[in-house]
Amino acid sequence: MKCDKKIRYLLAFCLLLAGTLIFIVLNVCIGTVAIPLEDILASIQGYAIQNERILWDIRMPRAVAALVLGGALALAGYLLQTFFHNPIAGPFVLGISSGAKMVVALVMVFLMGRAFTVSSAILILAAFIGAMLSMGFVLVMSHKVNNMSMLVVAGVMIGYICSAVTELIVNFASDAEIVNLHNWSKGSFSGMTWDHVAVMTGVVAVTGIIIFLLAKPLSAYQSGESYAQNMGVNIRLLRMALVVLSSILSACIVAFAGPISFVGIAVPHLIRNLLGTAKPILMIPACFLGGSVFCLFCDLLARTLSAPTELSISTVTAIFGAPVVIWIMVRRNREKMAA
Amino acid sequence: MKYYFRAEKMSVGYQKHPLIENIEIALQKGEILTLIGPNGAGKSTILKSIARELALICGTVYIDEKQMETMSGQELSKNLAVVFTEKLRSEMMTCEDVVATGRYPYTGRFGILSPKDHQVVKEAMESVHVTAIKDQDFNRISDGQRQRVMLARAIAQEPEIIILDEPTSYLDIRYKLEFLSVLQEMRKKKGLTVIMSLHELELAEKVSDKILCVNGRYVDRFGKPEEIFVPGYIAELFSLSSGSYDEINGNMELPAIKGDAEVFVIAGGGTGRNVYRRLQRNGIPFATGILFQNDLDYPAAKALATEVICAESFEPVTDRQLELAKQRLQTCDNVICTKDSFGTFESANQELFEYAKQCKKQIELSYQNE
Repeated sequence: MKCDKKIRYLLAFCLLLAGTLIFIVLNVCIGTVAIPLEDILASIQGYAIQNERILWDIRMPRAVAALVLGGALALAGYLLQTFFHNPIAGPFVLGISSGAKMVVALVMVFLMGRAFTVSSAILILAAFIGAMLSMGFVLVMSHKVNNMSMLVVAGVMIGYICSAVTELIVNFASDAEIVNLHNWSKGSFSGMTWDHVAVMTGVVAVTGIIIFLLAKPLSAYQSGESYAQNMGVNIRLLRMALVVLSSILSACIVAFAGPISFVGIAVPHLIRNLLGTAKPILMIPACFLGGSVFCLFCDLLARTLSAPTELSISTVTAIFGAPVVIWIMVRRNREKMAA
Repeated sequence: MKYYFRAEKMSVGYQKHPLIENIEIALQKGEILTLIGPNGAGKSTILKSIARELALICGTVYIDEKQMETMSGQELSKNLAVVFTEKLRSEMMTCEDVVATGRYPYTGRFGILSPKDHQVVKEAMESVHVTAIKDQDFNRISDGQRQRVMLARAIAQEPEIIILDEPTSYLDIRYKLEFLSVLQEMRKKKGLTVIMSLHELELAEKVSDKILCVNGRYVDRFGKPEEIFVPGYIAELFSLSSGSYDEINGNMELPAIKGDAEVFVIAGGGTGRNVYRRLQRNGIPFATGILFQNDLDYPAAKALATEVICAESFEPVTDRQLELAKQRLQTCDNVICTKDSFGTFESANQELFEYAKQCKKQIELSYQNE
């Protein structure tokens, strides 16, 4: 019995790692210009190849960004689900992404209008403030309504309000630069530079490691606050950490890629079923990898389905993610009926 | 005398508002304390405060002479385990996984179980007889099984004190008894001190070394069961207005039917109780007699009859008592006799029965077939 489980975990991780690798290669190879695998290998060894610039300046950073941000997104979703004891919580559904988006748009329009360049750090900070604003609202709501679906409805409404405000900002500022904002505000991995990638990797890595170190108290928190308290967990501190960490992750994603829907809900759920456990110590790394695979896959489709134009990433993630959410709700309902 | 667990001038409540003040508890190691009292009296609040889930408003709790406030979360969790009414959340967890969560205070940074931890988990499951269901999903087992798994989890925590909030409420009679006997066993084997709340008074009386009575405003009494279960006290504690509780026998009855007795029941030796209850169900007021005060029928008669003609235990029935019974019988329309034969010391009842026949009363014979 014990052995079976270990083998299952091992297989799951192998699968996720292999998936990540395969999709990175596919993402780099496939596109309007095809780059064969041999060329990539040659380029890595230092030989000059055709389309070197496309490979190293466009596709590679984009693939790495999808990997890092996808993982961050799934992790943020997992943290929020744990925090609210709610399987359909996530940064997008709770309006946290949209809040971050709104503040980022405001800051960008304000600074660009005055011909400032906007650094990654400022973007992340703005997004973090926006994320915390939405999170604050959702927390207040969660005290007032003790109902899972109502909380999500409140979050979705916040999301709509923030999106509407963002649209307004973007429309009024019709500067040529700001037209780019339009793409970003719908969510996209395009236009990533290595500088961006370096910053996001740094932020996500540090946050991710802290989260992994919290795996043990998180596992106690999952059993419910009273029981965690009895185990000696500092509930207040842990809750605060969860709020801040998930907001940092959400902020980082929004700052670089805009709001991306459903990954945060769908991936942790799929991963739980793959692993057959909800233990944080396994879920945290597995969710990260799962998010990476999912986003690499979706970005590949977003780029290639209607080439040369690009779909917004959320369009693709919604197609694959939304059915998972419906599946979760149906299944939970059935379990409730059965119980 | 040295006490293992002590609460001094403890005040408990929510958000700085004291609900119950000045609670004093003193327990020796291995004692079982039960909190009783009406719904909403504050039993759970006291338990949660002792478990440090709620901050004490005032006062001090000592475990083994050590002030509980000064203990770290981990230290406390090695000393004190809880089973609350609140369900433990679990997702894709087997019963074994749930029991293993009790090892939390003993595992390292990442919470990985050592072989010793596995051994403790195994023994804990064996001690409450849940080994057979260890691989089942915790969400798909019955209430009785769940409660025992929760107890196993608390035992796996290797505490000195275990706190249980109404642990037997959803259990059937078999599991209730089994559950409490496991607690007794643990107390004997490991010197476990138990602090719990129970709604089942008759069980509380039997299992507890000490009882704490909470009435919503203060702790009314704290003492041994025999000091608590004195006639009339339970009715007072719970403000019983309909029905009654008999502290001596742990017997409860629905309210007696008021009015002039319509039926006289000749009973004795436990043959009358069911007839009394049938009459109560049908809403018929009745008188009964002649019962010795130590008769099995006496408590139910006292609770349900409008009048009980009784005689002192181990003394012959006096003429006056017999006369009284005859008078009472005379005013009733019907007579029920639950005895098919009368013993030597029941000659008075025999006479009463003959008298009923003489009076041409309608007599129903209601014998119990045993």
